[in-house]
Amino acid sequence: MHFSPTPLHIPDGFLSIAISAVCWAITIVTLGFAISKTNKALGEKQIPLMGVMAAFVFAAQMINFPVAGGTSGHLLGGALASIVLGPWAGMLVMTAVIAVQALLFQDGGLLVMGANILNMGLVTAAIGYGLYRGVVSQSKTVKLGVAGVAAWLSVMAGALLTALQLWLSGTSQLTIVIPAMLGVHALIGLGEAFITVAALSFILQTRPDLLGEDSESAKGGRGWVVAGGVIALAVVLLSPLASTDPDGLNHVAMDLGFFQTAQSGVGPLAGYAVPFLNSAIASKIAAGILGVIVAGIVALLVGRGLKSQIANRKPPVSNLQSSIANRKSKIVNQKS
Amino acid sequence: MHFDAFDRYHEKASFLHRLDPRVKALVTVIYIVSNALLPDGAWLAFVGAWIFLIAANLLSQLGTGYTFKRSIIALPFALIAITVLFSMPGKPLSSFFFLAWNFTITDMGLLRFVSILIRSWLSVQMAILLVAVTRFPDLIHALEHLRVPAILTTIIAFLYRYLFVLTDEVFRLLRARESRSAAEAGNRSGGGVLWRAKVAGNMAGQLFLRSYERSDRIYNAMLSRGYSGHLYTLNPHEMKPGDYYVTAFAIAVIFIVQLIGRL
Repeated sequence: MHFSPTPLHIPDGFLSIAISAVCWAITIVTLGFAISKTNKALGEKQIPLMGVMAAFVFAAQMINFPVAGGTSGHLLGGALASIVLGPWAGMLVMTAVIAVQALLFQDGGLLVMGANILNMGLVTAAIGYGLYRGVVSQSKTVKLGVAGVAAWLSVMAGALLTALQLWLSGTSQLTIVIPAMLGVHALIGLGEAFITVAALSFILQTRPDLLGEDSESAKGGRGWVVAGGVIALAVVLLSPLASTDPDGLNHVAMDLGFFQTAQSGVGPLAGYAVPFLNSAIASKIAAGILGVIVAGIVALLVGRGLKSQIANRKPPVSNLQSSIANRKSKIVNQKS
Repeated sequence: MHFDAFDRYHEKASFLHRLDPRVKALVTVIYIVSNALLPDGAWLAFVGAWIFLIAANLLSQLGTGYTFKRSIIALPFALIAITVLFSMPGKPLSSFFFLAWNFTITDMGLLRFVSILIRSWLSVQMAILLVAVTRFPDLIHALEHLRVPAILTTIIAFLYRYLFVLTDEVFRLLRARESRSAAEAGNRSGGGVLWRAKVAGNMAGQLFLRSYERSDRIYNAMLSRGYSGHLYTLNPHEMKPGDYYVTAFAIAVIFIVQLIGRL
């Protein structure tokens, strides 16, 4: 469509089940926090505000500027969204954007959406907001400078995480994927930093109240400064290490036993060789149990189909009054 | 711009179009998970999954090649996996020099690379088919039935509803920039890359303010119509008996594909 796919949107098939599941778990827990926090802070107003803001991030990614040789830079938006909306709201907004990109445009997969949200939505928001929050009471120049650095780091963090996930899934070689991803995104991050700084300085000029003392950008707890700082520091320390000495990282992963689970690429039931059940007979039994479970689900679904078939055979309601009552109860039921 | 300018829905009266959106979303996700679970080099199972996909394509009346044509979008990402060709230990198949390095393609590497591509290619096609036979608002509603938090689905629904409005806004901004970027023949208009990035940033800031103020207006309008934090729908999405049978059948077929891949 109008946005150019970036190498950060991982499609399905490129991450192993184990890595996808771990990323989904982290994402779901974080989003649970985000939902309860924004519920308290914004109440019923959050839905129109965050919905339109999500559309804003999506649309802002279409504003591009020519860089060189036919390529163009554009915004990713994670850092900007979290700075102007607060970290939790920023995370929800980015989640909605990534979900629509995956669902509607197939830009990024469904099974790996947890990883994509983690890389482009959660980590970028934590870094962007955390660093900015640390200097929120400083002068305008300092604020903008830090926001620029935070935007650049947020892109680098997303790239680093993506590279690590691909490597742990056995899809890419660490010695190539880390320098390649970090190299490309060092440039993309520059564009992100410039646009973020310019957008923030524009907002500071025209609507300073949105970034003032009482705004969402100053309300986040001090914990964000620590969280953002720690993640940023991890990226800064890990990136040069990973690009100059990937073998070291390889060793660490080997020692931790990452590869046995990750590189098989087929998850916990790899070839029925459930870790503790190595003999052929035990594997067959496990497979049999799995088969029984699936057959049970199928039977249950067929049963529910039969049940609602019988329910549908009820005599049609002829009386106008009961039909209205029926409609009313339906509307109440649909309330979601 | 029309409100459904972004929807990939293709109006047809096929079997798949009439299925409950929940069934379609659930089966798509199970299919993609199943693909990810198939071991490398399970060719027979890949063929089975592919036949499942073709059958779904046929049932949608969109033509067997419909999803194939649009599946090219995932190809650029294959570059990322290409290193696996050289990194897996195994029997060397061929080697070549590029720049200063000697690259050796191993049989295990090739097997894994092709398997990754097939998995990705099948999965992306099923996702394409899902949005081609389901209206996007219906899909979002189905996700809510499948226990995705209502806040997230509503934000997504709002995103979808206002995306075309803000896209129009972006086009106006881009047109305004274009019309002020006159240049003499042979000369490029505007300043260097930094200056251009700054202009793009100002435009993003401008777009933010317009969106922010619009969201305020929308909220006030909603309040004036009695909004109290809940959204209602008149589209009930009731599961029919056939929907249960189709789900059961699809799960059984996908399970058989898994068995073929493992035995």
